[in-house]
Amino acid sequence: MTDTPVLSVHDLVVEIPTRHGVLRPVDNVSYDIHAGEILGVVGESGAGKSMTGNAVIGLLDRPARIVSGEILLSGQPIQGLKRDVIRKLRGKKMGMIFQDPLTSLNPLLTVGDQLTETILEHLKVGQTEARKRAIAALEEVGIPAAAQRINSYPHEFSGGMRQRVVIALALCAEPDLVIADEPTTALDVSVQAQIVALLKRLCRERGVAVMLVTHDMGVIAEAADRVAVMYAGRLAELGPVREVLTQARHPYTAGLMASTPLASQGRKRLRQIPGSMPRLGALPTGCAFHPRCEFAQDKCRQEPGPTIDRCDGRAACWFPLTAKQEVSA
Amino acid sequence: MLAYIIRRVAQSILVLLVVGLVAFAMFRFVGDPIDNMLGQERTQADIERLREQLGLDQPFIVQYWRFLEQAIQGNFGLSYRQGRPVSDILIERLPATLELAVVSGLMALVGGIALGIFTAIRRRGVSANVIMTLSLVGVSLPTFLIGILLIYLFSVELGWLPSFGRGEVTDLGWWTTGFLTESGLKALILPAITLGLYQMTLIMRLVRTEMLEVLRMDYVRFARARGIRERAINFRHALKNTLVPVITITGLQLGSIIAFAIITETVFQWPGVGLLFINAIQFVDIPVMAAYLMLISVMFVGINLIVDMLYFAIDPRLRADRTQGGH
Repeated sequence: MTDTPVLSVHDLVVEIPTRHGVLRPVDNVSYDIHAGEILGVVGESGAGKSMTGNAVIGLLDRPARIVSGEILLSGQPIQGLKRDVIRKLRGKKMGMIFQDPLTSLNPLLTVGDQLTETILEHLKVGQTEARKRAIAALEEVGIPAAAQRINSYPHEFSGGMRQRVVIALALCAEPDLVIADEPTTALDVSVQAQIVALLKRLCRERGVAVMLVTHDMGVIAEAADRVAVMYAGRLAELGPVREVLTQARHPYTAGLMASTPLASQGRKRLRQIPGSMPRLGALPTGCAFHPRCEFAQDKCRQEPGPTIDRCDGRAACWFPLTAKQEVSA
Repeated sequence: MLAYIIRRVAQSILVLLVVGLVAFAMFRFVGDPIDNMLGQERTQADIERLREQLGLDQPFIVQYWRFLEQAIQGNFGLSYRQGRPVSDILIERLPATLELAVVSGLMALVGGIALGIFTAIRRRGVSANVIMTLSLVGVSLPTFLIGILLIYLFSVELGWLPSFGRGEVTDLGWWTTGFLTESGLKALILPAITLGLYQMTLIMRLVRTEMLEVLRMDYVRFARARGIRERAINFRHALKNTLVPVITITGLQLGSIIAFAIITETVFQWPGVGLLFINAIQFVDIPVMAAYLMLISVMFVGINLIVDMLYFAIDPRLRADRTQGGH
């Protein structure tokens, strides 16, 4: 593992200008991902998880745009590069896996067409070599009889198999970074586990850096090395997965953990975090989480929440939880 | 696949039988043909004899069957007005209509798809918006008005192009064509634009809408995320997916280009089957009308059949030879 992280995001701000003012779906987000590491990004819908991933790969839908901050890919800044240069980075340096395998594949092209097209775009190989690599890519993600299946159309695969094809497509040009945007959400639970295991294996074997965006704490616990918790566009907590899950320091993370059902707890009533995440257009003053936080104090109501590096390096909270504090509610 | 084709062909035959019934019924709605054929001086015996001779004493279904038999052999009887076999007249007139329809159909298809793609890709561009606005004119102005406006501008004011007729035609024995002479080509321009403009704007707006829809799909995003070139995304990934619904509408539209060439042919006095039909209506020339009806329905059904076959060529999900896997 080298010292330069594969992906390094500094103070990223994404804004969407609307008629009712400017929204900030991603607000001062910073994190690194190293080679061979899986960074889980969790949060509720609309917390800015996917938006962060889209910003990194340069696929923000207009009018959303990056207004400040830095994105470094293997130490190289990618903003300000020409569109065509960034396009060549996509697929070659960074791949992306989408949520729904049913809709991410072009129904009118065989999986082989889609694979070879991507390989030919990024690697200097001929048709036959590209086809060989396409078959190898399918084999690597565990598709049986890949040499025959390469001529199949997407509709001839089951959902889980299709997601494997999607992963093969994202990885076929051997990128250093893969952004997996809810890769298991649309799948059956049993298939989910297989896909997570596959991602983990590929990450380990190839030394790919993975940004795993999900709202499923189970997937995070299973796959991620480190976890970033997002709330209302900001990072709430960032740290090694075991520590964050067992010893949450941000009250929001703690609440999130308490509201995750565990079989071992039996049939207890689930805890919930009171209220709901504020809309981006109507963020409260002070820390965005304070109206739902049982530990909120005057400072939280008046001053905007701190960024992580201004606190203890883990939680973006004026009063991070200590081991003794327990979330009730 | 084969079963599907057989089923579609069977459906087409059923449609043609029904249209044939309507065409056949026309003869009976306009009174007893015996009255038309025999003059005032007639005896009951004459009537009976002719009735028997023409088979009009047979039951309805038998008569219908004989009509179909004749129709399949291309025999629609004699034109009341011209006294010549209807099939001869039709064959004589058909090249003019087909040439006009093919030219305006191609214009509509090529122009419509090209402009549709352009306006979809350059959605926010000024030129795309200008084209979209102008296309409203094409959709909303009635065909005859466009024809008259074109005649006024290019024939009357500028005097560049002829205002009526087909120009000089070359007789190839079984076909007359206007493609080979300058005046024939010149004469084709205005009617072709008139007939094709509406279809072109329709196809363009349809392609644009479908294309915009497809460009929002996940697989287009995913292709972008893999660094595929914009050109390949637009033309390889998006266009092909756009074509399925476009083919449906276009197929029907091409059918109606032939069928509704009537108006354009009337405006430009184009000597095709449409003009023939209009004249036949004026003179209640039933055999011509019936034959025209059959001809148009055969074309419509034929085009629809081809369109259905095209789906298979484009969309693998419809091909019946699925071997393994799937849902």
